[in-house]
Amino acid sequence: MATLQGDISQHLTDTSVWSDQDLANHGIPVFDVPFVSVGGGIGSFALVDTLRIAGVSTDQIRVVSDLERPSQTYEYLASNSQIRREHRLRSDSSSVIDCIWGWPGYALREAWGKKSPGVAMQVLLEPVAADYYTPRAGQVYESLNREAARISWNHMVTRGVVRHVRRRDRGDYFVLFTPPAGSASTKRMAFRTRFVHMAVGYPGVRFLDDLQQYRQQHNDYQRVVNAYEPHDHVYAEMRRRPTTVLVRGAGIVASRVLQRLIDDRDHHNAQTTIVHLFRNYPSGSQGDSATFRRPASKGWAYQGFNFPKAAWGGQMRDHLESLEGDARRDFIDAIGGTNTAPRKYWREQLERGEAQGFYLQGRGQVQSVTPTPDSRKIRTVVAGSNGLTTTEYDADFIIDATGLEANIEEHRVVSDLLRHVGAGKNVKGRLDVERDFQVRGVDNGEGRIYASGSMTLGGYYAGVDSFLGLQYAALRIHDNLAGAGFAARIGPGRSTSQWWKWARNVAI
Amino acid sequence: MTPTLFGRIQTRIALLATVGVVWTLLIGLVVPRPEGAETSAVYKALFTALLIVAVVGIAWELLYHALQQYRWEKDWPTIYGLLVAIPEGIVAWILLKNQIPWDVGPVPADTFLTMFISLWILVWAITNGPIQIMFLRWRYRGGRFLGGWG
Repeated sequence: MATLQGDISQHLTDTSVWSDQDLANHGIPVFDVPFVSVGGGIGSFALVDTLRIAGVSTDQIRVVSDLERPSQTYEYLASNSQIRREHRLRSDSSSVIDCIWGWPGYALREAWGKKSPGVAMQVLLEPVAADYYTPRAGQVYESLNREAARISWNHMVTRGVVRHVRRRDRGDYFVLFTPPAGSASTKRMAFRTRFVHMAVGYPGVRFLDDLQQYRQQHNDYQRVVNAYEPHDHVYAEMRRRPTTVLVRGAGIVASRVLQRLIDDRDHHNAQTTIVHLFRNYPSGSQGDSATFRRPASKGWAYQGFNFPKAAWGGQMRDHLESLEGDARRDFIDAIGGTNTAPRKYWREQLERGEAQGFYLQGRGQVQSVTPTPDSRKIRTVVAGSNGLTTTEYDADFIIDATGLEANIEEHRVVSDLLRHVGAGKNVKGRLDVERDFQVRGVDNGEGRIYASGSMTLGGYYAGVDSFLGLQYAALRIHDNLAGAGFAARIGPGRSTSQWWKWARNVAI
Repeated sequence: MTPTLFGRIQTRIALLATVGVVWTLLIGLVVPRPEGAETSAVYKALFTALLIVAVVGIAWELLYHALQQYRWEKDWPTIYGLLVAIPEGIVAWILLKNQIPWDVGPVPADTFLTMFISLWILVWAITNGPIQIMFLRWRYRGGRFLGGWG
């Protein structure tokens, strides 16, 4: 068989199960380590943090990542969507990504750090007499970096981009990756490992079909932008001259973008007219039962976080764990879907905008997005929800705030898992996992693959794409690993002693 | 923590049986006493109050759980955990004064209030975070120590 020194061949790519000899024949160096996490973002961090606290040493863990630090991708996406370090995330005080115990929460720490009892009062009164407390992004990143240093994160990171996770013929797996150019003598390298953790996040930015079509057809990537890609030039232009912007989406990102637009009007004299387009327009509460009714008004569905709080650890978590198939999908859709946080500041801005005429709402299905005849603006034609009236909106800019790409097949390694390793899709088309986040259908001898994060939405836990959800998944995976003999289960004694070390920032 | 019904009951019983007992023993030394009252009589009254809060509390938790169903988030805000002390305290006091479950002799209101309020705040504070230091999975299990995990 023809071999390439240190690289994979088409033949190897097409072979689902690999042997030690296969990799030797290709000259690909193989290293043994019992646990490998693929991704290196906050999902990897949450699990590795838990395992380190459980007593697993750094030489037992490798994280294959091309990120400089775990929060890098998160920071990038948050910053693009206008949440800069000094702004607040949509996250609960007790969803503390640097502290698996969740206490003290961000609110107490901020109150203590700033000597500000007001912050503590907010978390005491939320959500009854105050908006939910949410932490500043900068506080989250800084404390995450501190914890990463405490657990020697960098010692466990292997720089590279994972290409394949494949079964090994004698049990376990190979994780094949591409190290940075020039850093290794071969083009590819591999880990031979018993446990694999997949935490690769979103494959990319999602575009509404009509906007994607417009961008490609008219090669216009400046005026039609996605809220998750860099688009500050849009705000800069809107400060320079009076413009009209059309915003699509009714979730938390749309809320934040609208805030930015109105803040610029309020503080930088921008003369922006905002057209906000809704595809679905809830105008009264959602749900037909007094015990299952989500507040909604003027197109927005309101809840504190992306799912109701009980989805993370209360009765909704229990309920979801008991559901299968379509019932599970429908329940996740009913408690999730498009929604935003009911913040007083945002409501005040929108009410003022409506009263003064600079914030207009439209609703319906978009029929076409084209340049106006003079090419100076972009025309969106919308069919009214009753199917009778059609409205045209001409705007200088369009901001798509509808979300991130969730099609897991867009991700090369996950797609490879589906094709070659036996992973399947769940009721929402994402990676099918057990209640403890073991990927179904991929066991190999004693080897197991786990997954956490957005790619597992549709499983038995709703809030997978959140700090607390990642920590929950980490704890479930840790317990499963403990059952397999990889780590000691964290019980009350170890938990307490490790918290004490965490509180004093003692390295472990 | 967003409680489940069994989580509510388990947490109440577990905390009153541990923190509650220790605190009652300690606070018994300093609460205001009726003149000439024996230490044993004071403790009898205080531990009876503790028992009432634990046992009647199960009924209260059923009510809170029912009310919780009318909240979209199926949560129980932090401040509610403090406010419900008012009706619970009143009912416990009425029962104690009416010799239910038994006669504990004369109990001044300030004796009862010192114990009840201090214990309530202590348990409330512990269940709003510090309990997670020892019981890592408790918050995900809706307040349960047993069940609801795997």
